[in-house]
Amino acid sequence: MPSNSETRATDTACIPDQPIVAIRDVQKSFGDIEVLKGISLDVMKGDVICIIGASGSGKSTLLRCINALVPIDKGSIKVEGLEVNDPKLDELALRKKVGMVFQQFNLFPHRTALQNIMMAPVQVLKQDREKVRERAYRLLKKVRLEEKAEAYPGELSGGQQQRVAIARSLAMNPDVMLFDEVTSALDPETVGEVLTTIRELAQEGMTCMLVTHEMGFAREIADHMYFTDKGVIVEHGPPTEFFSSPRDERTRAFLSQIL
Amino acid sequence: MSRTRLEGTTDLPVLMPAADRLAARAQAERHLGGPALRLSLLHGCALALLIAVWAGAVWAQDTVAGEVRPGVFAALWQWLPVLLGGFVFNVGISIMAMGIGTVTGTALGILQVSKIRPLRSSSWLVTQFFRNAPWLVLLFYCMFLMPFEFTVLGVTIPFPDWVKAVIGLALPVMANVSEIVRGAIQSIPSGQWEAARSLAFSRRQILFEIILPQCVKRMLPPWMNLYAILTMATVLASVVGVSEVMTLTQRALAAESRTDLLVPFYGFVMLLFFVYCYPIARYTQKLELRYAVK
Repeated sequence: MPSNSETRATDTACIPDQPIVAIRDVQKSFGDIEVLKGISLDVMKGDVICIIGASGSGKSTLLRCINALVPIDKGSIKVEGLEVNDPKLDELALRKKVGMVFQQFNLFPHRTALQNIMMAPVQVLKQDREKVRERAYRLLKKVRLEEKAEAYPGELSGGQQQRVAIARSLAMNPDVMLFDEVTSALDPETVGEVLTTIRELAQEGMTCMLVTHEMGFAREIADHMYFTDKGVIVEHGPPTEFFSSPRDERTRAFLSQIL
Repeated sequence: MSRTRLEGTTDLPVLMPAADRLAARAQAERHLGGPALRLSLLHGCALALLIAVWAGAVWAQDTVAGEVRPGVFAALWQWLPVLLGGFVFNVGISIMAMGIGTVTGTALGILQVSKIRPLRSSSWLVTQFFRNAPWLVLLFYCMFLMPFEFTVLGVTIPFPDWVKAVIGLALPVMANVSEIVRGAIQSIPSGQWEAARSLAFSRRQILFEIILPQCVKRMLPPWMNLYAILTMATVLASVVGVSEVMTLTQRALAAESRTDLLVPFYGFVMLLFFVYCYPIARYTQKLELRYAVK
């Protein structure tokens, strides 16, 4: 069986019942403030999970822990078998697998939309510039912004910037995408175009983890909902159940406030 | 492109004559990558007025003096090549000191945000030391602590006073540039770092490809400000005996030994510096305004 174990080692993501992201009892404090108090959840390949909860409940921190932007204190996060809570962790290898989109877009303002997308594949993955350019154009087309290739971020609307940011993440061919309240900083009229892009991505089978306040969207797109409060997961389940008959008092209170 | 935008948003016929000119200017500025320096008629008038005031003072000195001696203008004319040569030397010193100070200061500034603690704290210490030392004292130190020549492998390299002056002036410039660089790096929103890290860029790549290019715009105005200050500070070199414009003026005045030449000669030196530094100050202001909007 040596050949079998070899394929396992190189391509763990292909094992059907192995989670692509496995989070176990993760704890994180900033000084005296405990932000995460033992969070556990699994994400299977192709799954779309949505995390909701009040501000300060640790949702964004959780996402940042997954690609090691924030180191965790205790517990374990495994992304395709790669242990994040390991002092010898190859952070760059991890981040090549995990794409992230931020609330504030964070495009590089001194580069055009196209260059923003091309930078990481060319400089980090050392891929051929011309091939990357082709792929970048395809990604821009995918987010319906091919005519904005030469525009600088300052010349784009919030929604357009966010779609470029999504394309920029996708250019690295990640296995998991993290979306951190990606529509919270947008004008209402541009929220739709960003959600459409994410929806298409999810339909193509991309594994997505979303922190969001768009309840309608979460209900429609999620395979699994999580509600966090004060650093713990209070309730989780498939969206229909989760929204129609929440079991926990805190979930009910939160949903009644928001819906 | 801006032409179409202008036509699209304001098709008031009244604006049309200016539109072409404005569009051409915008095009030129985009090509330059920054606002172009425009000295208007007003600046010319102000400068003419300044020269007139100075000439008036010269003339007043002239009339007070007897008719026996040559006029003040004649004396100034005679010394003009020497004084201008001295001023060019000042500009040369300022450019060299700025060059050295910028290169070393940028390196020092980057070290100030290093992840390695000893590097960070030692570069901070060096920066603070030279930033809080009087320029003249640093100049004296360089003058008297450095040898007048170096002997390397049997070859003797002379080390003239003006080289020491350049180094002495480069030290405070280095410290100030270091602070400008550190400040600019830290003023870039942390989201830029986060986004770059999430795309698997290494720290070095983030700094050189993403953060520093964004810093250039922010650093330019204070850097130019520093250059103007440095240029004016080059006259300090006269105290340590470098033959720059102040030293030469003093020598000229000593040679003439006429008290009526004091005001016109020093006035002329002031005028030289003003004409050189004022456009820099104006341009800096313009850049600051331009980049503040962003």
